[in-house]
Parts: sequence; C-alpha cells; structure tokens
Amino acid sequence: MEKELGIVKKAEEFLQMFRKGEEFTKELLKENEKLRFRIAQLEDAIDRSADEARIKFYEERIRDLEEEMNSLRERYRQVEEENKDFASKYVEVEEENNALANLYVASYQLHSTLDFNEVLRIVLEIVINLIGAETFVILLIDDKTNEIVPVAAEGVSIDMVPKVRVGEGIIGAVVKEGESYFAADTGSGDVTSLSPIVCIPLKIKEHVIGVIAIFSLLVQKSSFTNVDYELFNLLAGHAATAIFSARLYCQSERRLTTLQGFLDLLREKPKSRR
Amino acid sequence: MPNILVVEDSPTMRQLIAFAMKRVANARVIEATDGVDALKKLSSEKIDLILADINMPVMDGLKLVSLVKSNPSYRGIPVIIITTEGAKEDRDRAMAIGANAYLAKPIQTQELIKLVSSFISS
Repeated sequence: MEKELGIVKKAEEFLQMFRKGEEFTKELLKENEKLRFRIAQLEDAIDRSADEARIKFYEERIRDLEEEMNSLRERYRQVEEENKDFASKYVEVEEENNALANLYVASYQLHSTLDFNEVLRIVLEIVINLIGAETFVILLIDDKTNEIVPVAAEGVSIDMVPKVRVGEGIIGAVVKEGESYFAADTGSGDVTSLSPIVCIPLKIKEHVIGVIAIFSLLVQKSSFTNVDYELFNLLAGHAATAIFSARLYCQSERRLTTLQGFLDLLREKPKSRR
Repeated sequence: MPNILVVEDSPTMRQLIAFAMKRVANARVIEATDGVDALKKLSSEKIDLILADINMPVMDGLKLVSLVKSNPSYRGIPVIIITTEGAKEDRDRAMAIGANAYLAKPIQTQELIKLVSSFISS
C-alpha cells in the first residue's frame, strides 16, 4: 500500500513537472512567435529603408541626368547658333567670292585689249551684264574743246545724247568734282535732259577723263547691290585706265602710220628724181 | 565630268559663267559665240547642258532652243536661258519653245550654280 502511494505520488510529481514543462514550452512557442513577428517587422523595415535609399539614389541620378540633359540642350542650342552663324558666314563668303569673280572677270576683260572700240564694247558689256543697266552712255572729255562728248551708248542712239560742258548739269558736275552721283530714285533717269540715276567719273588718279551715265535699269533690276557699288568703283579706275591706254595706243598707232607714210614718201622721192 | 555648252556673244559673260561652272561638279565648259557655233559644238561634243543667251548675232538663243528641242538627238539636253530680257512675256515665250529654265541678267552666281546643279544631278 505504501509502495503504491509512493508510485502515485511520484506519478503526480512527474505529471506536475510535465505540466510545468508544457507551460514552459507554450511560453517558448509564444516567445518564438513574437520574435518571428519582430523579425518580420524588422525585415520589412530593412526592405523599406533599402527601397527609400534606392529611390533616393534614382532620384539623384534622375536629377543628374536632367542636369546633363539641360547642359546638352544648351550645348546643342549653342552649336545650332554656331551652325547658323557659320552658314550665314558661308553665304557671305560665297557672295564675296562671286563678287570677286565678277570684279576679276571685269578687270581682266578691260585690260585684255588696246583697241579703243573694243574697250568701249567691254565697258558696255560689263554695265549691261554685271550691273543690269538698260540705258546708259559713256562720255569722254574732248581735250581740244573741253566738252564732254558721248562715245558709246546702249539703249539709246548716240546721236540723241547731247554734248555737255564741264560743270554743267549732273554730268558736268561729276566731271568737275570727280565724285560719283547716285539719284535717290532709280526710276527717275532721263536721257534727253541728261538726268542720270547714276554717274560714275572715269578717273586716273585725280584726273577725270569722262563718265559713265546710267539712265535706266533693266526691268528685273530694282536697286543696286553692294557688288554693283564695287563694280562702279572698279569701272571708275580700271575702265578709265583701259580707255585712256587704248586711246593713247590708237593715237600713237595713227602717228606711227603717218610718220611711216612720210618716211616711205621721202625714200621714194630720190628714186623718182633719178 | 559634265559638259556644259555656254552660248553667249559677250566674252565677259562667257568667262564669268565659265568661272561659276568650275564650281559645279567640276564641269567642263565649251564656249560658243552664237547659235550656229553652238550647233557645230553640239555635233562634235557630248553636251549635258546648254546655257544660252537670247540676243546674239547670226542665230539668236530662241532659234537655237527651237532647233535643239526639235532634234531627237538633242531634245533631252536641258537648256537654261540667260538673258537681259526680264519681262514675263519673254520668259513665257522661251519656256513655250522648250527652254527648261530662264534666268534674267544680271545673274546671281549662287542662283545659277544651284539651277545648273539641279539639272546636272538629275
């Protein structure tokens, strides 16, 4: 009986111990669950902070890229402007190049001959083809009479153009002063009254030998360009030299022929006496 | 290398056009002083483009254009008229007889180069 009681007591003690163990295990399990929950929370927080860091990183990257893009846009705009600038400079250089080609050809042609009439024809060609004049006259000073006499004309019969005295009217004034004349209105020229729209003195240094008087322009030519003024300057000098040289050459040729005639005559006379 | 026939009685204009044509695809310029001279050059050279004045002695530019355009051998050659006659009726007359383009003097070199290039490249 005592033995049985002892066994029961031990069994109760064991049972009690087992229950305590059970409670302890339950508490451990609860604690475990809490810890897991906490770990999950922490992991979530870590993830969230990683995302924020990533977002921050990307935001900064976007900002950098936007800045880079803006600076590239600015550079592109500058390059565009430079490009436009270069394009307009290229056009200017091209125009200048063409103007120089015109001037070169004009000057080359003017000095290509010593034939007086040929020089006059070349001056006419230049004024028609390069300047675009329709009616114009070349007048030269006659040293003997001191009158300004028409020697070549285009768009009008030369007989229709009167002689002018130095200092008389626009043409006479241009010869006297040696300064070019440009009328304000390019449509106001008149040949009969000798009112040109442009009158260019033909000058060798300061000595005026004549003028080119333009009275009207071709239908398609409404105004003068920079190249035209360059051509006027060229004509003022080069045409004058070419005309003057050709005239001198013609005179000397004529004198030479006369002298040669005299010499031939003198050589023949003694023969005829014999 | 394209061959360009410049038909012009003025030596100044011929030289000026020849200068400009050097800048068009290295073009070779063949010069003629009037329409008759141009027809001779057409029969002896292979021409890719004709630049012709209207007012010329012996045979004018309009007569030249009509002869070129009525000849099956030359019909395909583009003809550009370069003239002092700037009125609309002059332009219309030239275009009616077969000119491909019309430029009034004084010519703008860039405009001429552009026009010639368009015909040469096509």
